[in-house]
Amino acid sequence: MTQRITINPITRLEGHGKIEIFLDAAGDVERAFFQVPELRGFETFCLGKPAEEMATITPRICGVCPTAHHMASVKALDDLWKVEPPPTAKKLRELAYNSFMFEDHLLHFYYLGGPDFVVGPVAPKAERNILGVIGKVGLEVARKLIQIRKDVRQMLETMMGKVIHPVFGLPGGVSKGMTEEERAEYLKIAERAVEFAQFSLTVFDSIVLQNDKLLDLIFDEAYEHKTYYMGLVDKKGRVNFYDGDVRVVYPNGKELEKFSPWEYREHIAEHVEPWSYITFPYLKRVGWAGFVDGPSSGVYRVAPLARLNVCEGMATPLAQAEHDRMYATLGGKPAHQTLAFHWARLVEALQAAERMRELLMDSEITGREIRTRPTATPQEGVGIVEAPRGTLIHHYWTDPKGLLTIVNLIVATNHNAAPIAMSVEKAARASIKHGEVDEGLLNMVEMAFRAYDPCHACATHTLPGQMPLRARIHDHEGHLIRVLCKDGP
Amino acid sequence: MPTEPFEPKLIGFLCRWCAYTGADLAGTSRLQYPSNLTAIRVMCSGRVDPTFIIKALADGADGVLIAGCHPGDCHYSEGNYRTQRRYPLLTDLLDQFGVERERVRLEWISASEGERFAQVVRDLTETVRALGPLQWKQRREALA
Amino acid sequence: MSKPKAAFYWCASCGGCEEAVVDLAEAILDVVQAVEIVLWPVALDFKLEDVQAFRPGEITVSFINGSVRSSEHEMWVKLLREKSQLIVAFGACAHLGGIPGLANCTSRDQIFQNKYVRSATVVNPKNVLPQTQTWVDQYNLELPEMWNTVCCLDQVIDVDYYLPGCAPPPDSIAKAVQAILSGNLPPKGSVLASEKSLCETCPRNETKPETFTIDSFRRLATDTPDPEKCFLVDGFVCMGPATRGGCGERCIRGNMPCRGCFGPTPDTLDQGAKFLSSLGSVSRGKTVEEARSFADSLADPLGTLYRFSLPSSLLQRRSCNKEVS
Ligand code: SF4
Ligand code: SF4
Ligand code: SF4
Ligand code: FES
Repeated sequence: MTQRITINPITRLEGHGKIEIFLDAAGDVERAFFQVPELRGFETFCLGKPAEEMATITPRICGVCPTAHHMASVKALDDLWKVEPPPTAKKLRELAYNSFMFEDHLLHFYYLGGPDFVVGPVAPKAERNILGVIGKVGLEVARKLIQIRKDVRQMLETMMGKVIHPVFGLPGGVSKGMTEEERAEYLKIAERAVEFAQFSLTVFDSIVLQNDKLLDLIFDEAYEHKTYYMGLVDKKGRVNFYDGDVRVVYPNGKELEKFSPWEYREHIAEHVEPWSYITFPYLKRVGWAGFVDGPSSGVYRVAPLARLNVCEGMATPLAQAEHDRMYATLGGKPAHQTLAFHWARLVEALQAAERMRELLMDSEITGREIRTRPTATPQEGVGIVEAPRGTLIHHYWTDPKGLLTIVNLIVATNHNAAPIAMSVEKAARASIKHGEVDEGLLNMVEMAFRAYDPCHACATHTLPGQMPLRARIHDHEGHLIRVLCKDGP
Repeated sequence: MPTEPFEPKLIGFLCRWCAYTGADLAGTSRLQYPSNLTAIRVMCSGRVDPTFIIKALADGADGVLIAGCHPGDCHYSEGNYRTQRRYPLLTDLLDQFGVERERVRLEWISASEGERFAQVVRDLTETVRALGPLQWKQRREALA
Repeated sequence: MSKPKAAFYWCASCGGCEEAVVDLAEAILDVVQAVEIVLWPVALDFKLEDVQAFRPGEITVSFINGSVRSSEHEMWVKLLREKSQLIVAFGACAHLGGIPGLANCTSRDQIFQNKYVRSATVVNPKNVLPQTQTWVDQYNLELPEMWNTVCCLDQVIDVDYYLPGCAPPPDSIAKAVQAILSGNLPPKGSVLASEKSLCETCPRNETKPETFTIDSFRRLATDTPDPEKCFLVDGFVCMGPATRGGCGERCIRGNMPCRGCFGPTPDTLDQGAKFLSSLGSVSRGKTVEEARSFADSLADPLGTLYRFSLPSSLLQRRSCNKEVS
């Protein structure tokens, strides 16, 4: 008997994601498909436009991480016009970027992925949301959370014009500088950000790590994938969200390759499937071997855990200590536990907050020189940043006037598209045997999913929110025989 | 069976001080020119908002004529210069939309230039006839 | 008395409009208290059947963001129209078509070719393209068909109110929700923002003389705007004269010119044409050559003047005879 299971998780993945699970004759999982049913065509409709407009157009690819697109774009524009922004401008950009990383990671931890852990994966559904988190950590903390996010987003709005879809970066610099008064005010925010990030790690510690059940969950084999990992590192091999070279490590942690943004095309290729609008990137040197893990499959993962797996260490001291503690607990580097993405995310939030503080203590950040005027004739430029959800690549070609002739974009969720499908498949295999669908299926699939943070528009989970999942099980003639619902009223 | 020859539908925005009078003159002088153009009298070519032109095309016109006083002769002194400045931008824009530039023409025609008016209309009619119907709505919908 | 029912739905959306709702921060809790949310795909699991089960008009208000470009979107918005007393087009995409609406200057085929075949990183020797139906062994997988033309919401259903902006600012969202809850609403079809143009409330308006002229436009690529001067006077395209006010002049305060996300000023049919009209008095030259060179200084007029409003513009999309045949 053939069964078809459709899961409609409605995630924010340039459209609404969809998963199909097919069972073989014996009722075991044969294959899972992760489909993205939408394509918007930025690469095409931007052609002919002045390249500098990309910095404000491409954020609309994703309103959840617009700042990442903005920065990747701006860096591609620097490269296109071969300009080096003055130190002040570079610092302002980095500050904005780290602030964004900080608040985005927090949002994910508390609003979206966190409830699974903080409130507990078996807690009643009505509690597994931000309100449940508030119940668990206390109103005082919740107030702090709302306040710090609000302050950071307000600061970003002042710095970048708009926090959703910023207008800030220009080739060679930024549009607006910072005053001393602002710096003083923001520094206070940064101090609180560091504190709050540290505090969040203690929350994770006391609620998750001190709880054997939750710890077991992290180590559950069903949530593990031994893949390659990719992320940006600075000259010393440390995690850098804004700048650096791309490093890729084997599933065993050894370096496979390290390349400059300019060389990405020699290392990354994309595979096309007729059943999804999203492409599936893979490592060129290893090749596309389908939706499988291991060293002979070019599938790799990006995002927080991947970044920590590829680095020599963190760029800031407090985060470094947390990094060491995390790997000591997880049993060394690299860690393959998909659920450890949550932990890595908090370690990164701490680095981001520490970087904010460092940058704001640097008096150069209020300098007056915020732009190097481009004078070269543009031709081609590449910009890479680490978005909260992974490596983000913008690549533009233009005519001599700087009007776009080719655009190539590889977005964070692209890289993780194959791993997400694999994680879902694995979770499905673990919970579907001989046609028996375990009620826990949806829970596992959901948790596997959330770890990747497919996007936190899902984090509009301010409300009774849960990522809703529904599995429809059809017999081989397509008749609906069973519906599994989770968190639906 | 020979197909019916295509008769372009043209809209003319004519300045009342000059081109519109020129058109009148062409009429009263019984000059031969095609009847494809529907004339709309405006106070000054400078008052022809690009919106009118785009709307005419969107609503079924195959071509548009804007006609005003010769440079230096505008009753509001600057009106026709304004039109002249907008015109290349407008045609660039229309070109991007896939509307051939030749469908929209700007001409200076004085009140006494009846023959010139007739000639412009003859020209525009033939140009647009050669381009074929615009039929914006149908074209657009064919691509829905 | 039962609480009024509210629905949220997104079509082709970037998620920024949803973020804007999250940015209401604490204020969102008031909203939750005042209404019963019956549909919110990002947050709640309600089924199509649940919505179908409502009586016509049972939902007080549906907020719909994103542009409309597939039959799936169409089905949903028509259903919501039937079941809702009020439909609010939320954000620039629903209001005007938005940035994804720029796809109307190309075609689905071109988009596919660039994405899946000609892309600099794709390896696709067999020219595989996404299909609405795919058989993988005995399994059938479906994808919704993408329309060639992106639509704004009122091209598909009747819309009662528009909440402009990309994304709408949280204070204007809060105001709109208040107005709806209190029934204190302007006439149907209103855009819930200022009735003035952006220029009228712009802090730089003082630096903009009654009449001024420029020789040509400058590009942000190679020039930096003066931090105080009106952008247009300074030579940068700023859509302020043709754009509705109410955004808080956000870009301007970031020292960047307006790109028009709040849509056309009241009583304006076409935002791009309106801006073009204002340019007649801005450029200086009296000769044809000067006019030509002024035009040349504005690269990509379509993408600039209709950055957010192409689908709702008079011409709506690019089209030429070649493409039809
Ligand atoms: S209006 Fe802007 S923020 Fe809203 S969905 Fe569209 S692009 Fe995103
Ligand atoms: S053109 Fe732009 S900068 Fe100038 S007043 Fe208007 S909105 Fe302000
Ligand atoms: S300044 Fe213009 S583009 Fe910027 S937010 Fe306001 S209306 Fe939108
Ligand atoms: S009055 Fe004739 S063009 Fe101005």
